[in-house]
Amino acid sequence: MAKRIQAFAAFWYDFLIGDDWLVAAGVAVSLGLTYWVSQTAVPAWWLMPVFLLLILPVSLWRGTRRG
Amino acid sequence: MGAGALFVAVFLACAVEAVEATTIVLAAGAARDWRSAASGMAGALAFLAIVVAALGPAVSALPLRGLRLVVGALLLVFGLQWLRKAILRASGHKALHDEDKIFAEQVAAAAGQPRRPNRLVPDWYGFALSFKGVLLEGLEVVFIVLTFGANAHDVALAAVAAACAVAVVAAAGAAVRTPLRRVPENAMKFVVGIMLTAFGTFWGAEGAGAHWPGSDAALLALVPGIALFALAMVALLRAGPVTAVAEEP
Repeated sequence: MAKRIQAFAAFWYDFLIGDDWLVAAGVAVSLGLTYWVSQTAVPAWWLMPVFLLLILPVSLWRGTRRG
Repeated sequence: MGAGALFVAVFLACAVEAVEATTIVLAAGAARDWRSAASGMAGALAFLAIVVAALGPAVSALPLRGLRLVVGALLLVFGLQWLRKAILRASGHKALHDEDKIFAEQVAAAAGQPRRPNRLVPDWYGFALSFKGVLLEGLEVVFIVLTFGANAHDVALAAVAAACAVAVVAAAGAAVRTPLRRVPENAMKFVVGIMLTAFGTFWGAEGAGAHWPGSDAALLALVPGIALFALAMVALLRAGPVTAVAEEP
């Protein structure tokens, strides 16, 4: 039973988080930041593209290091 | 999002998943029993169709802003994972997805199992292998159909696009009965990763309360912008030392 629960949890972790947890964490943080800025008078649309420019190279660098 | 763009995005994403599912079904059929493999595939497709029919109206009924936030976040996570893998493969830092190798491994694993017939199918293992493969790959198809369809207010068109992709790939697989090695799967994954990332960025930011300059037209800058950035990453990684790593499942 414990093994099945573990396998079930592993499936959903792989499905939703994938190979690099930093990407999922970064998405959550950047969306939270976008929401926070959108509540002010400052435009918030640029935050997500900036996040992409930062997170993709970092995640790729982590991917190459694993090799 | 226009109907044409919705159809193309869902069709491409689902075709990639369908190629992987087809490899598993073909392996189950070749190594075990074709009738059992076909039954497993049909059972999984029926289950996935029920999930879409049940969840489609429910997802569409959610408030648009909340839907876009959740869907944008999930699409962005999915898209970045796909794009990351595609860039690593294109730059030689990760082994290319090889359907021939996966097919051979699946056949070898399936051939070693004892045959267990039951009242419904001649070979239970072949049925279960095919059912599981189609169901797991199909869950991503369902996710893409529901998220893209709900955001574009057209789950039906997204479902038709997915069904067309599955039908085309399944027909090709049934015709050749070998892995679909000529499908440019790695290139397709690169394109799909760019599209999922672009739409996830757009919808996620909108759901979080941001307003894009030019509204929907911002996608016309996001898609090529992300594509150029991804290609630049490939070029940059190719310039460095390359150590191809083993294929991940």
